[in-house]
Parts: sequence; structure tokens; C-alpha cells
Amino acid sequence: MDAKSIQQSSTILRHSKSNRIKIKPFSKSTFVLRITLAIMAILTVLSFATINFQTIDFWAGLVDTVTNFQTMFTTPQLNHFSFWEGFYAVLITMGLAFLTTLFGAALGLLFGLLSAENLSNKRVSNVIKGSVAFIRAVPTVLWVLIFAVAAGLGSVAAVIGMTFHSAGYLIKAYSESFEELDEGVIEALRASGASWWQIVVQAVIPSSLSYLVSWTFMRFEINFSVAVAMGAAAGAGGIGYNMFMASSFYFDLNEIGAITYYILTFAVLLEVIAIRFKTNISGH
Amino acid sequence: MQFDIFKKKRLSSLLMLAILAAFTYGAMIITQYDVIKGFSSIPKSIHWGLSSFYPTAASLDNLPSILIQLGRTVLTSVAATTVAAVFALFFSLFGSKVTKVNNFLSVLSRGTATVFRNIDVAAWALILLFSFGQSALTGYFALFFVSFGFLTRAFIETLDEVGGHSIEALRATGASYPSIIIQAILPSSTPQMMSWILFMVEMNIRSATLVGILTGTGIGFVFDLYYKSLDYNTASLVVITIVIVILILEYLSNYVRRVVL
Amino acid sequence: MTTLLNVQHVSKQYGHDTLALSDVSFSVNEGEFVSVIGPSGAGKSTLLRCINQMVDTTDGEIHFDNAILQQMNKRELRGLRTNIGMIFQHYNLVERLTVIENVLHGRLGYKSTVAGMLGLYKEEEKERGIELLEMLGLREQIYKRCDQLSGGQKQRVGIARALIQEPKMLLCDEPIASLDPNASKRIMDHLKSISRSMGITALVNLHQVDVALSYSDRIIGVSGGKIVFDGSPKEVTQEIIQSIYGSEANDLMVKLGGQNAI
Repeated sequence: MDAKSIQQSSTILRHSKSNRIKIKPFSKSTFVLRITLAIMAILTVLSFATINFQTIDFWAGLVDTVTNFQTMFTTPQLNHFSFWEGFYAVLITMGLAFLTTLFGAALGLLFGLLSAENLSNKRVSNVIKGSVAFIRAVPTVLWVLIFAVAAGLGSVAAVIGMTFHSAGYLIKAYSESFEELDEGVIEALRASGASWWQIVVQAVIPSSLSYLVSWTFMRFEINFSVAVAMGAAAGAGGIGYNMFMASSFYFDLNEIGAITYYILTFAVLLEVIAIRFKTNISGH
Repeated sequence: MQFDIFKKKRLSSLLMLAILAAFTYGAMIITQYDVIKGFSSIPKSIHWGLSSFYPTAASLDNLPSILIQLGRTVLTSVAATTVAAVFALFFSLFGSKVTKVNNFLSVLSRGTATVFRNIDVAAWALILLFSFGQSALTGYFALFFVSFGFLTRAFIETLDEVGGHSIEALRATGASYPSIIIQAILPSSTPQMMSWILFMVEMNIRSATLVGILTGTGIGFVFDLYYKSLDYNTASLVVITIVIVILILEYLSNYVRRVVL
Repeated sequence: MTTLLNVQHVSKQYGHDTLALSDVSFSVNEGEFVSVIGPSGAGKSTLLRCINQMVDTTDGEIHFDNAILQQMNKRELRGLRTNIGMIFQHYNLVERLTVIENVLHGRLGYKSTVAGMLGLYKEEEKERGIELLEMLGLREQIYKRCDQLSGGQKQRVGIARALIQEPKMLLCDEPIASLDPNASKRIMDHLKSISRSMGITALVNLHQVDVALSYSDRIIGVSGGKIVFDGSPKEVTQEIIQSIYGSEANDLMVKLGGQNAI
């Protein structure tokens, strides 16, 4: 017994091959972290090695970029539409973002509740989570283009396609917030004979409200930039379309600069409003 | 008294709903969104999808070329993320209130991150088309800029969260700034940062599809090509390969997160 | 007895009108165990951090080991800090690292930047760290990650990290405020015996008056950024407690009465 304990205590210290005392014992988490970093580094090197540099001069491009930035940001100018037309275009983009966030949030709430493991049954939850993972894996632009075949290019395809992706995102986020809820609260209400809807309205939603709001605003910000992109790539209209025209048809750097200012202003505004809202909600 | 509180609560909820409804109506008018057309297009799309949006044996012939482009896209997305992460690490160290060197650099790096993050990836692609033309570099830099902005903000939040206490202890031992960063700050924040980086890779592969459509490179270009030539069978094959890659990646990153965090 | 620390007319102002310390003067002899008591927000924490210049003073001078802190440049300040160990209420360990790594952090102040960045520790340093951990009863925990330890164990790691600096003085900021009574007693016993056996001067911020009275050689009472009492524990009366704690004193007098009764 004594001999055993002595042996145990002498094996506590670990030494390296050169008989130095180790201070970092092997751990799985550090190992996985290093492997992941190594793989990413290798892929990065591989990526640069395979980029075709023949058609383009890297350094000349970089210098060009800097001078282009200078032109854009120091001499912005609108040449193909007026200031208010531009403003209206941003409003269209904002409207797209708003509608898709709203529709996404409504769907997210319903299916989020159904897919939260503590509020639903295991099978329904798994089916929804599986389909949602698939929906999210398809890039938004592809959803929009797929819907465009039946609905035609335009705001209808854009809204439906973007809603699909927003809903996928919010269902996952909401259901995770619901699952963090204290099991005791639900149990207490269930014990008092409350129905499923009563539990949801009286306990689940109020106690996860601040999470729901912060996820929704985060998605609103994402949807604004997605809406810009859909204007450019999928004919959804709005400021993105103006930018696409300025870039691909008029080759007008000054106008690009002006449009960038529009986008930047509204995006930062949105970020500030989101932060205000979040602190307001969590303060109560 | 109590009745009043409930009444007030109900009134404010009603007001919120009314405002929301007004905004929705306004947004529908301004975007010319047609509700009826919207609803009717869903069954129409499903019908179309089932009847023509699936890969056929003939479309499988295009699989090798699709996979090559997909591989390029994945490589570009990873490369943009890693390089952006290196830059973001330095900027976030200067930007975080815990590790900042001085206020000027802090405001400067936060401001830079805000600009890069809030110009979205499509806008960057359109801007960069001027200098790099229709090449892989345009897409690479567009992804890089957005990743840089996003990761800087995420890293700053991580540092603010984990850094505070241990940095004070190490400063009190007389350790130098670089030692404190490497010995205390990085070990406690790398797992969280790794999680953000993996999230960014996933997001970049999705964005790369979009950028590819705009700049004529990678998997986005391949999709656009088949889509515009009405070869929906092959286009659906492209979508399926993208979905598989993203699901695999999501699985791997969830595994890494579980072990590391 | 030689004076190790001499604080002369020190004031600290935050912003324009918040005066955290005003005209504070006292000195501490080598090997002394001094407790600083006072209500929360009285300036105890600021006072402690002025001594190793984690917070710089607005006015006055601090002499430590025959040097004047206010005249030091950055490099000299780092050198000074290696001579002063610090212990924190929330332990301030790097939770994801092992116990021994956290202890060795105490040596970083002695290293060149490169050696510090690479974490190159000498074998003697490692052995010393293990010795200290054994002394503090943490032999079994050497390779454990700090987030797996209890509060009392974490604080002992904090003590080992301070001791491996070979300090002349220990600054302890509310070392037992987050611990249960058993762990608190163990930590205070360790601090007291370290101060005795190694001859290390200790300056301890405490919220618990009874603990301060039973462990210290001397008590300094701080209230509203000023020193209102400086003397031996025996001289502390209820009136003095009243003058330090003001309206808070009523709760504390019960404790003092209880302790006196024993």
C-alpha cells in the first residue's frame, strides 16, 4: 500500500526524452487545434500555389486597387441617377432585407419551437433540424436563382429565396436559444396544467426574448448585405443593381464610390440601431 | 392598478404590431413584392424542381470539371480566411480595450474593421473587378476584405471577454507585453477564435458562389454557365456538390469545436 | 527593523472629480504582516495597485527598497514588479493552462522578451515551481488545467505564482473574498506562515475585520480615500471600527463583539 502510493507520487512528474520536466502534458484539445491550424496553413499554401498568376499581374493589381480606392472615396460622384433615386434604391434594398427578415423570423419562431428538443418530440425535432441544415447549406443566391425559374427574375424570387435562407438560419438560432431554457420552468408550468401554447407564450418566449431579438437583428444586418448582392447578381433591384451597372456596364469608379458610401452609411446605421435595441432589451 | 399594467402592456404590444404592419406594407410597395404571386410561386417552384431540377446520367459527365472548380473555390475560401485571420489578430490586439497599446491605434483598427465589414462581399467584388479583372484574385480579395472586417470584430469581442483578469496578473509579475500576449492572452482566446475562423470558412464558401457569379470564376461561374444555358440537370448537380461540401465542413467544424472549446 | 515601503502623501485622482486616495502616508517594515481594512470603495484596491504602479499616482512619492517609484522608467518598473508578488480576489489565472504553467508565469518578469514569448523556463525554475506546489499541497494537481480546480486550489496556485517571483513583498487584494470559510482559513494560514518563514512582507486588503485582527501585526484603516487608523490590532476598538466603516459598522460590530467574547 505504502510502496504503491510512493510509486504513484513519483510518477506524477513527467519528463521529456532529454529528461527535462514537461510543463505542457499532451491534451486532445491542443492536438486537434494544432492539426486544424496545420491543415488550414497547408490549404492556404496550396491555394496560392495553384492560383493562375499568368493572366494577371499581382503587384500591378494591388497598386491599381489602392489608386482605385483613392478615386472612389475621394471623388465620389453620381452620373447615371440622382441623389434621391439612389436613396430610393437603398430603400428598396432595405425593404427586401426587412421583408425577408420578418418572414424568416415568423417561420423561425414556428419551426424553432417545433425543433427545440425540450418543447417538441425527438423525431419532429430531428426531421426539422436535418432539413434546415440542408436549406442553409445552399447559398442564398442559388435559392434566388432557383425560384427565379418559376417566378421570373425580380423581387418575388428574391424575397422567397432570401426568406428560405433566413428561415433556415433563424430556426437553428431560435431553437438553440429555446433549448438553453431552464427545464424547471417548463416543468413547473406543465405541472400546473398549462397547455403547450400557454407554456410557449407565458414562459418560453419572454425568457428567451433578448436572444431572439439579438439573433433577428444580426440576421437583418446580414440580409441587408445579401439584398445588395441579390440586386447585383440576381436582378432583385435596389442599390446592388445600380452598383452592378456602374461596375460592369459604365465602368464608372466615381459612381461606385458614391454607391459604396450609400451602402456603408446604411449598414453602419443598421449596426448602431441593432446595438441600441439589444442593450435596451437586455436592460429590462 | 394591476389591471392598468396589463392594459398598458397590451396597448404597447398592439402599437408594436401596428408599426410592424405599416413597415411591412411600406416595404411591399417599395419593393413591388406581390403577395399572391409570392405564395403561388412556391408550389410552382416545387413542381418545377421535382420535374426538371435533378441530375441525370448525362449531367454526371460534367462532374470532374465541377469538382475541380469546387476544389479551387474551397481553397480560395480557406486561404482568404487564414490570411484574414492573421491580419485580424494584430488589428484586434490593437483594437481590444484589454490589450490595446494606445487609444489612437484602438480607434483606428476598430474603424478600419467597421468599413471592411460593412461593405458587403458583392460590392467588394464589383470594386475589385476594376483592378484584377475577371480572375481568381478578385474573388480572393473580396472574400479576404470581408473576412478581415468580420474576424477583427469577432476577435476583439473574444479578447474583451477572456483577456482582462489574467493580463492584470501577468503585468503585475513584470512580464513584457509580447510575453503576456503569447503566454496568457493567446492560450485563453485561441479556441474561441478558432471557432470564429471555422465559421468564416463556411460562410466564405457560400459567398464564393455569389462572388463567382459576379467575377466569372470558381464554382459560381460553373453554376451560372449551366443555369444560363438552361442545362438545369447539371446546375442541380453543382448545387448538390456545394451542399455536400458545406455539410461535411459543418460536421468537421462542429467536431473541432466540441473538442477544443 | 528596516523600512521596506514608504508611502508619502500619495493621492490618486480619476477623471476630474473622483478622488480615490487623498494624501495617504504610511510605511511598512521588512517582514511585517499588515492588513488594510475599510468599506468597499474606500480606495483599498487603488492603494495596493499604486504600490506596484499598476495604477499610477497623481501626487506624492512611494519609496520601495530605497528606490523612488515615480522616477522609474518602464523597464525599471518591470524590474520593480518582479520584486513584488500580487494575489487577486479572482485568482486571475489563465484557466485553460495547466497549474505548473500558471506558476511559471511568475518568472516571465525575469526573462528577455524572446525567452518570455517562447516560454523557455530553466529546469531550476520548474523544480522550484514544483517545490512550491508541494508546499501548498497541490502536488497531485501539477498537470491539471486550472479550470478543473476549486476556488481554494486556484488561490494556492496564485500564491505559488507570486512566490516563484522570489518577491520581497506580497500584495494581496481581497485574497479570500470569493472563498468559503474553510478555504479562507487555509489561505490565510498559508499567507501568514509564508510571511513568517520566508520573511516576506505582506500587505493584505481584507473586508473581514475579524480575520484581519487575528492574523495581522498591524492594521491600517482606510475610509473615503484617507487613512483613519494605523496601529496594532490590540488598539482597535468599536469606536475605531465605527470611524472606518461609518454606517456599515453596525453589521460588523456584532462580529467584533463576538470575537472579543471568545
